[in-house]
Amino acid sequence: MNRIEIEQLTKFYGERQVLDAVDLSIAPHEVVCLIGASGSGKSTLLRCINGLTEFDEGTVRLDGVDIYDESFGRTGLYKRVGIVFQAYNLFPHMSVLENITLAPIRVHGRDRREAEAAGLKLLELFGLGQYAKAYPEQLSGGQQQRVAIVRSLATEPDVLLLDEVTAALDPELIGEVLKIIRDLKTSGMTMVIVTHEMGFARDVADRVCFLDGGRIVEQGNPHQLFSKPENPRTQKFLERIIAAGRLEATV
Amino acid sequence: MTRRPGKGRRQIALKDRLAPVLISLASVVLVFGAIAYFVGTAEQWPRIQSQFFSVDAMIEAAPGVARGFLVSLQIWLISLVCIGIWALVLAIFRAMSGPWFAPLRVFAIVYVDLFRGLPALLLVLLFGFGIPALNLPGLPKEGLFWGGVALILSYSAYATEVYRSGIEAVHEGQGMAAKALGLSQWQTLRYAILPQALRNVVPAMLNLVVALQKDVALLSVLGVRDAVREAQIYTARTFNYSSLVVAAILFLLATIPLARLTDHLARRDRQRRLQGAK
Repeated sequence: MNRIEIEQLTKFYGERQVLDAVDLSIAPHEVVCLIGASGSGKSTLLRCINGLTEFDEGTVRLDGVDIYDESFGRTGLYKRVGIVFQAYNLFPHMSVLENITLAPIRVHGRDRREAEAAGLKLLELFGLGQYAKAYPEQLSGGQQQRVAIVRSLATEPDVLLLDEVTAALDPELIGEVLKIIRDLKTSGMTMVIVTHEMGFARDVADRVCFLDGGRIVEQGNPHQLFSKPENPRTQKFLERIIAAGRLEATV
Repeated sequence: MTRRPGKGRRQIALKDRLAPVLISLASVVLVFGAIAYFVGTAEQWPRIQSQFFSVDAMIEAAPGVARGFLVSLQIWLISLVCIGIWALVLAIFRAMSGPWFAPLRVFAIVYVDLFRGLPALLLVLLFGFGIPALNLPGLPKEGLFWGGVALILSYSAYATEVYRSGIEAVHEGQGMAAKALGLSQWQTLRYAILPQALRNVVPAMLNLVVALQKDVALLSVLGVRDAVREAQIYTARTFNYSSLVVAAILFLLATIPLARLTDHLARRDRQRRLQGAK
Protein backbone atom coordinates (compact mmCIF):
# COMPACT_ATOMS: atom_id res chain seq x y z
CA MET A 1 0.00 0.00 0.00
CA ASN A 2 1.14 3.51 -0.72
CA ARG A 3 2.08 5.71 2.20
CA ILE A 4 0.56 8.77 0.57
CA GLU A 5 -2.06 8.91 -2.15
CA ILE A 6 -3.07 12.20 -3.68
CA GLU A 7 -6.00 12.18 -6.07
CA GLN A 8 -7.35 15.00 -8.20
CA LEU A 9 -6.03 17.62 -5.81
CA THR A 10 -7.28 21.07 -6.80
CA LYS A 11 -6.67 24.37 -5.09
CA PHE A 12 -7.52 27.98 -5.84
CA TYR A 13 -6.16 31.13 -4.28
CA GLY A 14 -9.09 33.38 -5.10
CA GLU A 15 -9.44 33.24 -8.88
CA ARG A 16 -6.00 31.79 -9.49
CA GLN A 17 -5.75 28.03 -9.75
CA VAL A 18 -2.54 26.81 -8.10
CA LEU A 19 -3.19 23.07 -8.23
CA ASP A 20 -4.99 21.44 -11.13
CA ALA A 21 -6.19 17.88 -10.44
CA VAL A 22 -2.85 16.57 -9.22
CA ASP A 23 -2.42 12.81 -8.78
CA LEU A 24 0.59 11.50 -6.91
CA SER A 25 1.32 8.33 -4.96
CA ILE A 26 4.30 7.87 -2.70
CA ALA A 27 5.46 4.46 -1.49
CA PRO A 28 6.89 3.85 1.99
CA HIS A 29 10.59 4.81 2.20
CA GLU A 30 10.35 6.62 -1.11
CA VAL A 31 11.99 10.04 -1.56
CA VAL A 32 10.15 12.27 -4.00
CA CYS A 33 11.49 15.64 -5.10
CA LEU A 34 9.15 18.28 -6.46
CA ILE A 35 10.84 20.73 -8.81
CA GLY A 36 9.54 23.58 -10.89
CA ALA A 37 9.58 27.34 -11.21
CA SER A 38 8.27 29.65 -8.47
CA GLY A 39 4.50 29.66 -8.48
CA SER A 40 4.23 26.22 -10.08
CA GLY A 41 2.33 24.97 -7.01
CA LYS A 42 4.97 22.70 -5.49
CA SER A 43 4.99 24.28 -2.02
CA THR A 44 1.20 24.37 -1.96
CA LEU A 45 1.07 20.69 -2.92
CA LEU A 46 3.48 19.92 -0.09
CA ARG A 47 1.40 21.79 2.48
CA CYS A 48 -1.79 20.06 1.41
CA ILE A 49 -0.26 16.73 2.39
CA ASN A 50 -0.29 17.55 6.12
CA GLY A 51 -3.40 19.72 6.02
CA LEU A 52 -1.51 22.94 6.63
CA THR A 53 -3.14 24.35 3.52
CA GLU A 54 -6.75 23.47 2.80
CA PHE A 55 -7.59 22.34 -0.70
CA ASP A 56 -10.78 22.77 -2.69
CA GLU A 57 -11.19 19.38 -4.35
CA GLY A 58 -9.66 15.95 -4.30
CA THR A 59 -8.39 13.68 -1.56
CA VAL A 60 -5.16 13.07 0.28
CA ARG A 61 -4.76 9.73 2.04
CA LEU A 62 -2.14 8.63 4.51
CA ASP A 63 -1.79 4.84 4.63
CA GLY A 64 -5.17 4.60 2.94
CA VAL A 65 -6.99 6.90 5.40
CA ASP A 66 -8.30 10.30 4.33
CA ILE A 67 -6.29 12.98 6.18
CA TYR A 68 -9.52 14.61 7.29
CA ASP A 69 -10.79 11.34 8.78
CA GLU A 70 -11.84 11.71 12.40
CA SER A 71 -9.57 8.85 13.45
CA PHE A 72 -6.62 11.23 13.21
CA GLY A 73 -8.08 13.48 15.88
CA ARG A 74 -6.85 17.05 15.96
CA THR A 75 -3.17 16.26 16.22
CA GLY A 76 -2.71 12.77 14.79
CA LEU A 77 -1.89 13.89 11.28
CA TYR A 78 0.67 16.46 12.46
CA LYS A 79 2.36 13.79 14.56
CA ARG A 80 2.72 11.43 11.64
CA VAL A 81 3.66 13.97 8.97
CA GLY A 82 6.40 16.43 9.95
CA ILE A 83 7.30 19.53 7.97
CA VAL A 84 10.41 21.72 7.78
CA PHE A 85 10.23 25.23 6.38
CA GLN A 86 12.53 27.39 4.31
CA ALA A 87 12.95 29.98 7.09
CA TYR A 88 13.40 27.32 9.83
CA ASN A 89 10.59 28.93 11.90
CA LEU A 90 12.22 27.99 15.18
CA PHE A 91 10.75 29.68 18.25
CA PRO A 92 13.34 32.38 19.09
CA HIS A 93 12.34 32.68 22.76
CA MET A 94 12.93 29.00 23.45
CA SER A 95 16.21 27.12 23.72
CA VAL A 96 16.98 24.45 21.17
CA LEU A 97 15.88 21.72 23.56
CA GLU A 98 12.67 23.57 24.42
CA ASN A 99 11.92 23.93 20.71
CA ILE A 100 12.31 20.21 20.25
CA THR A 101 10.36 19.08 23.31
CA LEU A 102 7.45 21.52 22.94
CA ALA A 103 5.25 19.27 20.81
CA PRO A 104 6.08 15.98 22.61
CA ILE A 105 5.28 17.55 25.99
CA ARG A 106 2.39 19.90 25.20
CA VAL A 107 0.70 18.11 22.33
CA HIS A 108 1.44 14.45 22.94
CA GLY A 109 1.48 14.56 26.73
CA ARG A 110 4.91 13.02 27.22
CA ASP A 111 6.67 13.30 30.54
CA ARG A 112 9.02 16.29 30.53
CA ARG A 113 12.11 14.43 31.70
CA GLU A 114 11.50 11.62 29.26
CA ALA A 115 10.93 14.03 26.38
CA GLU A 116 14.09 15.98 27.23
CA ALA A 117 16.17 12.83 27.36
CA ALA A 118 14.79 11.75 23.99
CA GLY A 119 15.36 15.25 22.58
CA LEU A 120 18.99 15.30 23.74
CA LYS A 121 19.59 11.89 22.25
CA LEU A 122 18.16 13.05 18.94
CA LEU A 123 20.29 16.22 19.00
CA GLU A 124 23.42 14.19 19.66
CA LEU A 125 22.55 11.84 16.84
CA PHE A 126 22.64 14.83 14.49
CA GLY A 127 25.78 16.34 16.01
CA LEU A 128 23.93 19.17 17.75
CA GLY A 129 24.22 17.97 21.34
CA GLN A 130 26.31 20.93 22.51
CA TYR A 131 23.65 23.41 21.37
CA ALA A 132 20.80 22.03 23.48
CA LYS A 133 20.75 25.09 25.75
CA ALA A 134 21.56 27.65 23.07
CA TYR A 135 18.94 29.93 21.55
CA PRO A 136 18.24 29.82 17.81
CA GLU A 137 19.71 33.24 17.03
CA GLN A 138 23.09 32.12 18.42
CA LEU A 139 23.33 29.42 15.78
CA SER A 140 24.28 29.60 12.14
CA GLY A 141 21.56 29.19 9.53
CA GLY A 142 22.69 25.66 8.81
CA GLN A 143 22.60 24.73 12.48
CA GLN A 144 19.15 26.31 12.86
CA GLN A 145 17.82 24.34 9.93
CA ARG A 146 19.28 21.13 11.36
CA VAL A 147 17.56 21.91 14.66
CA ALA A 148 14.32 22.49 12.76
CA ILE A 149 14.68 19.08 11.14
CA VAL A 150 15.31 17.49 14.55
CA ARG A 151 12.23 19.29 15.91
CA SER A 152 10.07 17.79 13.20
CA LEU A 153 11.53 14.37 13.96
CA ALA A 154 10.84 14.60 17.70
CA THR A 155 7.28 13.38 17.27
CA GLU A 156 8.56 10.34 15.33
CA PRO A 157 6.73 11.04 12.08
CA ASP A 158 6.32 8.50 9.28
CA VAL A 159 6.63 11.13 6.56
CA LEU A 160 8.78 14.25 6.40
CA LEU A 161 7.94 17.20 4.17
CA LEU A 162 10.82 19.54 3.34
CA ASP A 163 9.90 22.91 1.86
CA GLU A 164 12.94 24.49 0.17
CA VAL A 165 14.94 23.88 3.33
CA THR A 166 18.23 25.13 1.87
CA ALA A 167 16.89 28.16 -0.01
CA ALA A 168 17.61 30.62 2.81
CA LEU A 169 21.11 29.29 3.55
CA ASP A 170 24.52 30.58 2.57
CA PRO A 171 26.06 28.24 -0.02
CA GLU A 172 28.72 26.91 2.37
CA LEU A 173 26.04 25.88 4.90
CA ILE A 174 23.86 23.94 2.50
CA GLY A 175 26.02 20.83 2.65
CA GLU A 176 25.45 20.07 6.33
CA VAL A 177 21.68 20.21 5.86
CA LEU A 178 21.73 18.07 2.75
CA LYS A 179 23.87 15.51 4.58
CA ILE A 180 21.14 15.10 7.23
CA ILE A 181 18.57 14.53 4.53
CA ARG A 182 20.77 11.88 2.93
CA ASP A 183 21.15 10.22 6.35
CA LEU A 184 17.37 10.26 6.77
CA LYS A 185 16.97 8.60 3.39
CA THR A 186 19.41 5.91 4.46
CA SER A 187 17.37 5.35 7.61
CA GLY A 188 14.30 4.77 5.46
CA MET A 189 12.32 7.97 6.04
CA THR A 190 9.60 8.68 3.51
CA MET A 191 10.20 12.23 2.27
CA VAL A 192 8.64 14.73 -0.07
CA ILE A 193 11.14 17.45 -0.89
CA VAL A 194 10.53 20.76 -2.62
CA THR A 195 13.93 21.97 -3.75
CA HIS A 196 15.87 24.20 -6.10
CA GLU A 197 19.03 22.14 -5.58
CA MET A 198 18.85 20.14 -8.78
CA GLY A 199 22.12 18.32 -8.18
CA PHE A 200 20.84 17.24 -4.77
CA ALA A 201 17.50 16.19 -6.22
CA ARG A 202 19.30 14.06 -8.77
CA ASP A 203 21.37 12.37 -6.06
CA VAL A 204 18.81 11.80 -3.36
CA ALA A 205 15.47 11.35 -5.09
CA ASP A 206 13.94 8.04 -6.06
CA ARG A 207 11.58 10.01 -8.22
CA VAL A 208 11.47 13.60 -9.43
CA CYS A 209 8.24 15.37 -10.33
CA PHE A 210 8.34 18.50 -12.47
CA LEU A 211 5.44 20.84 -11.79
CA ASP A 212 4.24 23.57 -14.08
CA GLY A 213 1.00 25.55 -13.85
CA GLY A 214 -0.33 23.47 -10.98
CA ARG A 215 0.15 20.10 -12.72
CA ILE A 216 2.76 17.39 -12.59
CA VAL A 217 3.93 17.71 -16.17
CA GLU A 218 6.55 15.01 -16.06
CA GLN A 219 7.88 12.56 -13.51
CA GLY A 220 10.39 9.76 -13.47
CA ASN A 221 13.62 8.58 -11.96
CA PRO A 222 16.09 11.44 -11.64
CA HIS A 223 18.63 10.26 -14.18
CA GLN A 224 16.01 9.88 -16.84
CA LEU A 225 14.26 13.16 -16.03
CA PHE A 226 17.39 15.28 -15.79
CA SER A 227 19.19 13.82 -18.78
CA LYS A 228 16.35 12.93 -21.17
CA PRO A 229 13.33 15.05 -20.30
CA GLU A 230 10.47 14.30 -22.67
CA ASN A 231 8.12 17.18 -22.10
CA PRO A 232 9.10 20.43 -23.85
CA ARG A 233 8.30 22.44 -20.71
CA THR A 234 10.61 20.27 -18.61
CA GLN A 235 13.31 20.66 -21.26
CA LYS A 236 12.93 24.43 -21.23
CA PHE A 237 13.02 24.60 -17.41
CA LEU A 238 16.13 22.44 -17.21
CA GLU A 239 17.84 24.46 -19.95
CA ARG A 240 17.30 27.60 -17.90
CA ILE A 241 18.62 25.87 -14.78
CA ILE A 242 21.72 24.67 -16.61
CA ALA A 243 22.23 28.11 -18.14
CA ALA A 244 22.10 29.59 -14.64
CA GLY A 245 24.83 27.18 -13.57
CA ARG A 246 22.63 25.37 -11.06
CA LEU A 247 23.09 21.94 -12.68
CA GLU A 248 25.89 20.51 -14.78
CA ALA A 249 24.67 19.49 -18.19
CA THR A 250 24.68 15.74 -18.49
CA VAL A 251 23.75 15.39 -22.13
CA MET B 1 39.20 63.24 10.27
CA THR B 2 41.54 61.15 8.14
CA ARG B 3 43.95 58.68 9.61
CA ARG B 4 47.51 59.35 8.59
CA PRO B 5 49.46 56.24 7.86
CA GLY B 6 52.42 55.47 10.09
CA LYS B 7 50.95 57.04 13.19
CA GLY B 8 50.16 54.87 16.22
CA ARG B 9 46.73 53.37 15.86
CA ARG B 10 45.86 53.45 19.56
CA GLN B 11 46.72 57.13 19.83
CA ILE B 12 44.38 58.05 17.00
CA ALA B 13 41.62 55.85 18.32
CA LEU B 14 41.83 57.55 21.71
CA LYS B 15 41.76 60.99 20.14
CA ASP B 16 38.86 60.02 17.90
CA ARG B 17 36.95 58.72 20.88
CA LEU B 18 37.60 61.71 23.09
CA ALA B 19 36.83 64.50 20.63
CA PRO B 20 33.07 63.83 20.29
CA VAL B 21 32.68 63.47 24.06
CA LEU B 22 34.38 66.79 24.68
CA ILE B 23 32.37 68.53 21.99
CA SER B 24 29.04 67.27 23.34
CA LEU B 25 30.05 68.14 26.91
CA ALA B 26 31.07 71.66 25.96
CA SER B 27 27.95 72.30 23.89
CA VAL B 28 25.65 71.02 26.64
CA VAL B 29 27.34 73.25 29.24
CA LEU B 30 27.22 76.21 26.88
CA VAL B 31 23.55 75.91 25.90
CA PHE B 32 22.13 75.12 29.31
CA GLY B 33 24.46 77.58 31.01
CA ALA B 34 23.20 80.31 28.74
CA ILE B 35 19.57 79.41 29.43
CA ALA B 36 20.19 79.36 33.19
CA TYR B 37 21.98 82.69 33.00
CA PHE B 38 19.18 84.43 31.08
CA VAL B 39 16.44 83.01 33.25
CA GLY B 40 18.33 83.70 36.47
CA THR B 41 19.10 87.31 35.61
CA ALA B 42 15.66 88.11 34.25
CA GLU B 43 13.78 90.85 36.07
CA GLN B 44 10.80 88.60 36.76
CA TRP B 45 12.83 85.68 38.12
CA PRO B 46 12.42 86.43 41.87
CA ARG B 47 8.63 86.51 41.43
CA ILE B 48 8.67 83.27 39.47
CA GLN B 49 10.86 81.71 42.07
CA SER B 50 8.66 82.60 45.02
CA GLN B 51 5.51 81.59 43.11
CA PHE B 52 6.71 78.17 41.91
CA PHE B 53 9.95 77.29 43.65
CA SER B 54 9.56 78.63 47.16
CA VAL B 55 11.50 76.21 49.38
CA ASP B 56 9.46 77.07 52.47
CA ALA B 57 6.17 76.48 50.67
CA MET B 58 7.48 73.27 49.24
CA ILE B 59 8.47 71.93 52.64
CA GLU B 60 5.13 72.94 54.08
CA ALA B 61 3.14 71.35 51.27
CA ALA B 62 5.26 68.21 50.94
CA PRO B 63 3.60 65.94 53.57
CA GLY B 64 0.10 66.48 52.16
CA VAL B 65 1.21 66.13 48.56
CA ALA B 66 3.25 63.04 49.40
CA ARG B 67 0.23 61.49 51.11
CA GLY B 68 -1.82 62.25 48.01
CA PHE B 69 0.92 60.83 45.84
CA LEU B 70 0.71 57.53 47.71
CA VAL B 71 -3.01 57.46 46.90
CA SER B 72 -2.13 58.15 43.23
CA LEU B 73 0.42 55.35 43.27
CA GLN B 74 -2.07 52.88 44.73
CA ILE B 75 -4.71 53.71 42.13
CA TRP B 76 -2.04 53.54 39.45
CA LEU B 77 -0.69 50.14 40.46
CA ILE B 78 -4.08 48.51 40.93
CA SER B 79 -5.29 49.93 37.61
CA LEU B 80 -2.11 48.72 35.87
CA VAL B 81 -2.66 45.15 36.98
CA CYS B 82 -6.32 45.23 35.92
CA ILE B 83 -5.51 46.86 32.57
CA GLY B 84 -2.65 44.44 31.87
CA ILE B 85 -4.91 41.44 32.38
CA TRP B 86 -8.14 42.74 30.87
CA ALA B 87 -6.44 44.11 27.75
CA LEU B 88 -4.61 40.81 27.26
CA VAL B 89 -7.91 38.95 27.47
CA LEU B 90 -9.39 41.30 24.86
CA ALA B 91 -6.35 40.95 22.60
CA ILE B 92 -6.64 37.15 22.82
CA PHE B 93 -10.36 37.39 21.95
CA ARG B 94 -9.34 39.44 18.97
CA ALA B 95 -6.61 37.01 17.88
CA MET B 96 -8.76 33.86 17.95
CA SER B 97 -9.83 32.84 14.48
CA GLY B 98 -12.65 30.52 13.49
CA PRO B 99 -16.42 30.99 13.43
CA TRP B 100 -16.96 29.94 17.06
CA PHE B 101 -14.95 32.88 18.30
CA ALA B 102 -16.75 35.46 16.18
CA PRO B 103 -18.77 36.88 19.13
CA LEU B 104 -15.59 37.38 21.15
CA ARG B 105 -13.86 39.06 18.21
CA VAL B 106 -16.79 41.39 17.62
CA PHE B 107 -16.96 42.21 21.31
CA ALA B 108 -13.27 43.14 21.38
CA ILE B 109 -13.56 45.30 18.26
CA VAL B 110 -16.63 47.17 19.52
CA TYR B 111 -15.06 47.58 22.95
CA VAL B 112 -11.89 49.15 21.55
CA ASP B 113 -13.80 51.42 19.17
CA LEU B 114 -16.04 52.60 21.99
CA PHE B 115 -13.56 53.22 24.78
CA ARG B 116 -10.74 54.51 22.62
CA GLY B 117 -13.15 56.95 21.03
CA LEU B 118 -14.24 58.58 24.30
CA PRO B 119 -12.19 61.05 26.36
CA ALA B 120 -10.95 59.51 29.61
CA LEU B 121 -12.24 62.55 31.53
CA LEU B 122 -15.76 62.00 30.17
CA LEU B 123 -15.67 58.38 31.30
CA VAL B 124 -14.36 59.37 34.72
CA LEU B 125 -17.22 61.85 35.18
CA LEU B 126 -19.80 59.43 33.77
CA PHE B 127 -18.76 56.54 36.00
CA GLY B 128 -17.51 58.47 39.02
CA PHE B 129 -20.61 60.65 39.46
CA GLY B 130 -23.19 58.76 37.40
CA ILE B 131 -23.08 55.26 38.81
CA PRO B 132 -22.94 56.19 42.52
CA ALA B 133 -25.97 58.43 41.86
CA LEU B 134 -27.95 55.39 40.71
CA ASN B 135 -27.72 53.94 44.23
CA LEU B 136 -27.57 50.43 42.85
CA PRO B 137 -27.81 47.91 45.69
CA GLY B 138 -24.77 45.70 46.19
CA LEU B 139 -22.37 47.91 44.24
CA PRO B 140 -19.74 50.23 45.73
CA LYS B 141 -20.71 53.89 45.85
CA GLU B 142 -17.29 55.56 46.13
CA GLY B 143 -16.28 57.87 43.32
CA LEU B 144 -12.76 56.55 43.74
CA PHE B 145 -13.83 53.01 42.80
CA TRP B 146 -15.89 54.01 39.78
CA GLY B 147 -13.34 56.54 38.62
CA GLY B 148 -10.75 53.79 38.73
CA VAL B 149 -13.06 51.53 36.72
CA ALA B 150 -13.39 54.28 34.12
CA LEU B 151 -9.62 54.58 33.81
CA ILE B 152 -9.25 50.81 33.49
CA LEU B 153 -11.93 50.60 30.81
CA SER B 154 -10.41 53.47 28.86
CA TYR B 155 -6.77 52.40 29.05
CA SER B 156 -7.59 48.77 28.33
CA ALA B 157 -8.75 49.83 24.89
CA TYR B 158 -5.32 51.34 24.11
CA ALA B 159 -3.47 48.46 25.73
CA THR B 160 -5.49 45.94 23.69
CA GLU B 161 -4.31 47.62 20.51
CA VAL B 162 -0.72 47.57 21.75
CA TYR B 163 -0.96 43.85 22.51
CA ARG B 164 -2.56 43.28 19.13
CA SER B 165 0.21 45.08 17.29
CA GLY B 166 2.69 42.91 19.18
CA ILE B 167 0.82 39.74 18.25
CA GLU B 168 0.61 40.74 14.60
CA ALA B 169 4.30 41.61 14.52
CA VAL B 170 5.23 38.00 15.27
CA HIS B 171 6.16 36.40 11.95
CA GLU B 172 3.38 34.26 10.48
CA GLY B 173 5.83 31.39 10.08
CA GLN B 174 5.77 31.01 13.86
CA GLY B 175 2.06 30.28 13.88
CA MET B 176 2.47 27.91 10.96
CA ALA B 177 5.30 26.02 12.66
CA ALA B 178 3.22 25.70 15.83
CA LYS B 179 0.23 24.44 13.89
CA ALA B 180 2.40 21.93 12.02
CA LEU B 181 3.64 20.63 15.37
CA GLY B 182 0.03 20.00 16.34
CA LEU B 183 -0.43 22.85 18.82
CA SER B 184 -4.02 24.02 19.20
CA GLN B 185 -4.94 27.62 18.51
CA TRP B 186 -4.74 28.43 22.21
CA GLN B 187 -1.45 26.57 22.69
CA THR B 188 0.00 28.37 19.67
CA LEU B 189 -0.84 31.71 21.25
CA ARG B 190 0.27 30.65 24.70
CA TYR B 191 3.62 29.05 23.85
CA ALA B 192 4.67 30.47 20.48
CA ILE B 193 3.07 33.86 19.85
CA LEU B 194 2.39 35.62 23.16
CA PRO B 195 5.87 35.25 24.70
CA GLN B 196 7.30 36.99 21.64
CA ALA B 197 4.47 39.50 21.41
CA LEU B 198 4.84 40.55 25.06
CA ARG B 199 8.55 41.23 24.54
CA ASN B 200 7.74 43.24 21.44
CA VAL B 201 5.30 45.52 23.24
CA VAL B 202 7.33 46.45 26.33
CA PRO B 203 8.40 49.91 25.08
CA ALA B 204 4.95 50.82 23.74
CA MET B 205 3.33 49.54 26.93
CA LEU B 206 5.66 51.66 29.03
CA ASN B 207 4.32 54.75 27.30
CA LEU B 208 0.85 53.78 28.46
CA VAL B 209 2.10 53.05 31.98
CA VAL B 210 3.56 56.55 32.21
CA ALA B 211 0.51 58.15 30.60
CA LEU B 212 -1.77 56.35 33.05
CA GLN B 213 0.22 57.55 36.00
CA LYS B 214 -0.47 61.09 34.91
CA ASP B 215 -4.11 60.45 34.07
CA VAL B 216 -4.75 59.18 37.60
CA ALA B 217 -4.88 62.92 38.32
CA LEU B 218 -8.22 62.95 36.44
CA LEU B 219 -9.77 61.31 39.51
CA SER B 220 -9.13 64.55 41.39
CA VAL B 221 -12.25 65.95 39.70
CA LEU B 222 -14.21 63.38 41.70
CA GLY B 223 -12.75 64.68 44.94
CA VAL B 224 -10.24 61.86 45.27
CA ARG B 225 -7.38 63.26 47.35
CA ASP B 226 -4.49 62.32 45.10
CA ALA B 227 -1.25 64.29 44.68
CA VAL B 228 -2.74 66.91 42.37
CA ARG B 229 -5.79 67.41 44.58
CA GLU B 230 -3.66 67.81 47.70
CA ALA B 231 -1.43 70.28 45.87
CA GLN B 232 -4.48 72.24 44.72
CA ILE B 233 -5.82 72.36 48.26
CA TYR B 234 -2.55 73.93 49.39
CA THR B 235 -2.55 76.36 46.46
CA ALA B 236 -6.12 77.43 47.18
CA ARG B 237 -5.16 78.23 50.77
CA THR B 238 -1.85 80.06 50.17
CA PHE B 239 -2.00 81.24 46.52
CA ASN B 240 1.45 79.70 46.08
CA TYR B 241 2.00 77.13 43.32
CA SER B 242 5.10 75.46 44.74
CA SER B 243 2.95 72.57 45.94
CA LEU B 244 2.13 71.69 42.33
CA VAL B 245 5.86 71.70 41.57
CA VAL B 246 6.32 69.25 44.45
CA ALA B 247 3.68 67.01 42.86
CA ALA B 248 5.43 67.38 39.50
CA ILE B 249 8.76 66.33 41.01
CA LEU B 250 7.15 63.29 42.60
CA PHE B 251 5.64 62.25 39.27
CA LEU B 252 9.01 62.57 37.54
CA LEU B 253 10.75 60.63 40.31
CA ALA B 254 8.38 57.76 39.64
CA THR B 255 8.37 57.76 35.84
CA ILE B 256 12.00 58.39 34.89
CA PRO B 257 13.47 55.40 36.79
CA LEU B 258 10.69 53.31 35.30
CA ALA B 259 11.85 54.16 31.80
CA ARG B 260 15.45 53.28 32.68
CA LEU B 261 14.32 50.01 34.25
CA THR B 262 12.46 49.00 31.13
CA ASP B 263 15.46 49.78 28.93
CA HIS B 264 17.57 47.69 31.24
CA LEU B 265 15.17 44.74 31.16
CA ALA B 266 14.92 44.82 27.38
CA ARG B 267 18.72 44.90 27.08
CA ARG B 268 19.20 42.05 29.53
CA ASP B 269 16.66 39.92 27.74
CA ARG B 270 18.47 40.49 24.45
CA GLN B 271 21.83 39.63 25.97
CA ARG B 272 20.49 36.49 27.56
CA ARG B 273 19.32 35.26 24.19
CA LEU B 274 22.56 36.25 22.45
CA GLN B 275 24.89 34.66 24.96
CA GLY B 276 22.75 31.67 25.76
CA ALA B 277 22.38 29.91 29.08
CA LYS B 278 25.81 28.34 29.11
